[in-house]
Amino acid sequence: MSKATLQRRPLVKKILEGADDNLLVIAGLGSSNWDITAAGDRPLNMPLWGSMGATVPMGLGLAFAQPTKRVLVITGDADLMMTVSALATVAAQQPDNLAICVLDNEKFGETGNQASHTSPRNNGPTDSGAGTDLAMIAKGCGIADTGTVREQAEVAQLVKDLRTKKGPVFRLVKVMVEKLEFVMPPQDGAHLKDRFRTALLGST
Amino acid sequence: MNDWRDDIFQVLQDHDIKQVYHVPDAGHSKVIEACQKSNAIRTMALTTEEEGIPLAAGAWLGGQRSVLLMQSSGVGNTINLMGMTKTLRFPFLTLITMRGELGEFNSWQYPMGQGTQKVLEAMGVLVTSVDKAEDVKTTVDHAARSAFNGGQAVAVLLRQKLIGIKSFGKK
Repeated sequence: MSKATLQRRPLVKKILEGADDNLLVIAGLGSSNWDITAAGDRPLNMPLWGSMGATVPMGLGLAFAQPTKRVLVITGDADLMMTVSALATVAAQQPDNLAICVLDNEKFGETGNQASHTSPRNNGPTDSGAGTDLAMIAKGCGIADTGTVREQAEVAQLVKDLRTKKGPVFRLVKVMVEKLEFVMPPQDGAHLKDRFRTALLGST
Repeated sequence: MNDWRDDIFQVLQDHDIKQVYHVPDAGHSKVIEACQKSNAIRTMALTTEEEGIPLAAGAWLGGQRSVLLMQSSGVGNTINLMGMTKTLRFPFLTLITMRGELGEFNSWQYPMGQGTQKVLEAMGVLVTSVDKAEDVKTTVDHAARSAFNGGQAVAVLLRQKLIGIKSFGKK
């Protein structure tokens, strides 16, 4: 397998470019949270600071509450892995406005870049994973529209699919391991929820 | 008098519940079927009860009310994500059919059944319970008011005495 070349920050910036009131974004704890915030903090972003595993179900609940908006979940491989069976729940419900983008760096980035389960097997005693393929899992759960993105040349299509293609859309994006600046949104969950609801519904 | 299961479905409608999450459950089966048949309610079968907490948070972010139907054994699967009810401070309602109470024949049901109320309370969830059919409607209605008007996380324990003790043919 070729080494990942995509950088997560410019990629996420591209995915969120020109985001308007029709785009509702949920990001998983850690790097994905800092990524969407680096692209520009906005009330219709819901960046999680904890609750690992919450992103996909949260996107699903939101997608049915707001069927005319686009709901985009951006998260890491390990966050998805923690409630990976939620992909089967998504497949059962077929939300046509939900897209899931998994930034897979094959590491547990927040705890010191230990190999995650998506790392290759037989990669030495301290850096081996299982070679888990999350796109194949998504497919196996019943999500028909899945794909894996590795190259810069595929990014324009990725952005289009995530922003506009009929859901549920699942994209696995292999990204580099990088040491990046923490770009943090507000931390108070009640505040994040209230500003989201005020921007979306006009009241908390 | 109505069947208490019909009363629960009525209260869910009265409170404008739009999303209902569940795992297969004998005690809740009649309510689940009524929700599945309703055009006003999106009913979702979960792979694990844990999904129900962020689903409810997402629904609320988008302006909809929801309820999580589960068994006492499922409560243990939700605990870390149950913390979201505190950090996000959103209304949350769950109705829990109890196992592992006095009279239970299956020893595997006791640990979580006996721990259910304690762990919910440890996570800041308000817990009420009902063991008489005639009290179900009022209890669930009050719980829904505390959740959706009072902004609380609330659990109603439907006691084994109410549901009937599963015997698997044993006397």
